[in-house]
Amino acid sequence: MGIPHLLVHDKKDTVGVVVVEDLKAGTEMLCVVTEDNSSFHLNAKMDVPIGHKIALKDIAEGDTIWKYGQDIGKAVKPIGVGEHVHVHNVKTKRW
Amino acid sequence: MTMQYSNLEFMGWRRENGRVGVRNHVVLLPLDDLSNAACEAVANNIKGTLALPHAYGRLQFGEDLDLHFRTLIGIGSNPNVAAVVVIGIEDGWTQRVVDGIAKTGKPVTGFGIEGTGDIMTIAKASRVAKDYLQWASELQRETCPIKDLWVSTKCGESDTTTGLASCPTVGNMYDKLIPLGLTGVFGETSEITGAEHLCKARAASPEVGEKFMATWQAYMDEVIEPFKTSDLSESQPTKGNIAGGLTTIEEKALGNLEKIGRECTYIDVLEPAEAPAKGPGLYFMDTSSAAAECVTLMAAAGYVVHTFPTGQGNVIGNPIVPVVKITGNPRTVRTMSEHVDVDVSGVLRRDMTIPEAGDALIDMVVRTANGRLTAAEALGHREFVMTKLYRSA
Repeated sequence: MGIPHLLVHDKKDTVGVVVVEDLKAGTEMLCVVTEDNSSFHLNAKMDVPIGHKIALKDIAEGDTIWKYGQDIGKAVKPIGVGEHVHVHNVKTKRW
Repeated sequence: MTMQYSNLEFMGWRRENGRVGVRNHVVLLPLDDLSNAACEAVANNIKGTLALPHAYGRLQFGEDLDLHFRTLIGIGSNPNVAAVVVIGIEDGWTQRVVDGIAKTGKPVTGFGIEGTGDIMTIAKASRVAKDYLQWASELQRETCPIKDLWVSTKCGESDTTTGLASCPTVGNMYDKLIPLGLTGVFGETSEITGAEHLCKARAASPEVGEKFMATWQAYMDEVIEPFKTSDLSESQPTKGNIAGGLTTIEEKALGNLEKIGRECTYIDVLEPAEAPAKGPGLYFMDTSSAAAECVTLMAAAGYVVHTFPTGQGNVIGNPIVPVVKITGNPRTVRTMSEHVDVDVSGVLRRDMTIPEAGDALIDMVVRTANGRLTAAEALGHREFVMTKLYRSA
């Protein structure tokens, strides 16, 4: 299959994790869902560091972010598919 | 090739009370901050002994004092410790620690400094420490079944790779070894936040699940709510977590909980530093998520090997318990290799499965138990940090 650029925990997830160093905008990423080893391709819209997340779909402000098939917080800005998802556009629902 | 887990053995020291240690330390244990200097002087006199200086032990009271004693007695009682010299500023509380450790049957002697002074105390304690050290040096390791091993876990400097690789590696180890009678523990009360419903569901019974929820809720009500001045972004997750790609406490908690695998259930909820009393199995301990505090509490509960998944590269060790570092982050493997005991970055490349990573960790845990020094031991990491619950009187 080749070395994936992005790993996704669960089919329900709306974000995946970059698992290669120096990912550049425009990369046609090989994405693997670890739950069932299924794969797909997605275009990275930005340079994103290893370990950081990328949106798998367009996300509206206020939408729940799903990872591990679970709620990990909410979008505080609209996020486009292929864009970097992090503290600048997602916040906890706790505390 | 399938690993035969049920035949796993390790070489350890069986102590007077039947528990098995994997290190053979003679410890100089200060009751209080004032006695650190005498303990360090004895350790300097008697080569091969280990002083455990810390910051507390004066004017504590109530639950905080109980935890102080439980931690010190637990550290002295840990089977990685062969014998103990306790030094305190006065005799009363010193004797309380001595009496607690003596219940294990191991050699322990206490000295009070008041009325004697540092120099005479150091001289008397040095003679006892020398006798203990030479006695301990003749104790032999023996072959022990894997069920005699107590293995704790807590992760640190987590990032998104810990949830993908190093934490599930620990979970896989527990899934394989807990059914064989291993005694395990996980904790980090604040870092379960966002996954508390999943953690509750992994309790062995509804009663244990309710006990976990009461513990978690008490932490929220008594610590987080009264003292927080923000949404804790930068504390939970930490700046290091955020640099590693973790965005929220919920995301961090879900990765953290991967350490208990897919099948294990926990059979009881422990107070900080409380020794498990319901027999072999997995336990949850109420702890801070700060690495050195948490590992110290687990050492005080009697665990003898610690498994520590890290993403961005936490360098923590413990003076009496070997801390095995596991990372799945290829950048950390590249830039901080001297801190890594088990490299599971192959999980991210999809050329290593989680069960294969679990086997690699089990192999390293057994080698560590047999005497291999961990990266943290070789680098001299001896973080011994007492947990303090509130201000002293």
